[in-house]
Formats: sequence, C-alpha cells, structure tokens
Amino acid sequence: MAETVVFVIFAVVAIAGGGFMVTARNPVYSAMGLLTAMFSIAVLYVVLDAHFIAAVQIIIYAGAVMTLFLFVIMLIGVDRVEDRTEEIPLQRPLTAIVSIGLLAAILLAGRQAWITGTRILGDADLSGTIENVADELFGTWTLAFLATIFLLTIAALGTVALAQFGPAGLRSVASSAEDEPEEPA
Amino acid sequence: MTVTVGWYMALAAVLFSIGGVGVLLRRNALVMFMSIELMLNSVNLTFVAASKALGLIEGQVAVLFVIVVAAAEVTVGLAIIVAVFRRRATANVDDLSSLRG
Repeated sequence: MAETVVFVIFAVVAIAGGGFMVTARNPVYSAMGLLTAMFSIAVLYVVLDAHFIAAVQIIIYAGAVMTLFLFVIMLIGVDRVEDRTEEIPLQRPLTAIVSIGLLAAILLAGRQAWITGTRILGDADLSGTIENVADELFGTWTLAFLATIFLLTIAALGTVALAQFGPAGLRSVASSAEDEPEEPA
Repeated sequence: MTVTVGWYMALAAVLFSIGGVGVLLRRNALVMFMSIELMLNSVNLTFVAASKALGLIEGQVAVLFVIVVAAAEVTVGLAIIVAVFRRRATANVDDLSSLRG
C-alpha cells in the first residue's frame, strides 16, 4: 500500500516536471522541471531497491549534468524570447499524432507482456547495494568499465578541442588562456 | 493494489513520449537537449524495473553505463552548442538550417 502511494505521488510529480520542462518559455524553468523529474525518478529507484543507482542519479544527473546545463544557459543568455511561430506547416498536429501514436503503441504492446523471461535465473529479493553492483561491474563487466574510461577521456579531449576552434580557427593556447573551456561532467 | 512492473514501464513510456514531444516541438537547442536527457532517464527506469522484476543485477549495471555515456554526451553536446553560439550568436535550431560554416 505504501509503495502504491509513493509510486502515484512521484509518478505524477515526474510527469508534471517533464510537462513543465517542455512547455516552459524560460530555459531555466525547463531545467528546473527536468530536475524535478530526475529527483522523482531517483525516489522510484529507491522504491525498486536500487539504492546505489538512486545515489548516482542524484549526484551525476541532478548535480553535475544540471549544473552544466544551467552554466551553459547562463552563458548563452536567458533573456531571449523564443520565437514560437512554426516554420514547418502542420508541425504541431504532426507532433501530437506521432507522440500519441508512439505512447499508444508502447502501452498496447505492454498489454501483451512488459518483460519476457522468468525469475528462474535471478535472485528473488535483489537489492542494488554498492556491494552487489560492484561485484557485477568489476567481476563480469570489467572490460566495458575500462572502455568507459577511454570514452570519458576522449569526451573531455573533444570538449577542449571544440573550445579551441573559434571563428578565427585554431587559436594558440596562450591567447585562449582567459576563456577556459568548461569542465566535463 | 500492488505496484507491478508494468506501472513503472507505463510511467517510463509516458516520460519518453514527453521527451519526444520536447525534441519535436521546441526550437531552443538546450531544451531539446534536456528532452533527450529525460528520454534517457525514462529508459533507465525501465532497466531498473526489469532488474527488480527478473531479480538480475545486470539491469542496474546497464543503467550505470547509460549514465556514463549520457554524461559524456552532455559534455560534448553542450560544447557544440557553445561553439555554435560563439559563431552564430543563436541557440535556435531554425536559424541553423544551412550547412554553411
């Protein structure tokens, strides 16, 4: 019963946050809506016994990623009014048809089966503690974990390279010392 | 009335559709990017729900990898948006419809 109440409350909050993100005119309000949705999803992770994932969600998404988003919003400027006239004819009706069709297709498919497979393989009372996740991550998926290290390094290098290519082409490192590229998340 | 895994999957489907609407409807590149983040988050929710339903920890490991890739994607994507803004002084994707540099 308690799980039902928590699920309903935070599902409504997550959907409201997502809807607010899409409809808000100011990008900062959109960021706050996304933050609300991410916090609600983190609560749902706790309900699903994925405690480590919930902590990672709050630290990385709500902490690092949203800070980076807000930083870029402030850098680009928040006082610009977005032009809301559509240049492509019928864009809004087409968007409504496509998205409602997608949602209906997923929900109808889910009436057959959300998950195929059985619990034979798994542990009935699984708990996503750091210990359990780390056993799997560093036991079975070590190579994939090491690949993410390369991925993050390459992403950081790419960010620095993008910051170096300005309108005047590749600038020297000395002349660009005053405008540092932003830090990777 | 107990919460089954289907409830979480349905919630994730709704959030994914909201993110899709944001990508299709908004013209601000930053808000489009945030919508993509919401879609990634909804898929993570399905992974965790399936992990709980099947009793397998692999779903949560997959979520960790998705979060890592999403963090790298945000870094590069925002750097591209800032680079475009420095060149064109706009974040509106309608103003960026030509391929000329």
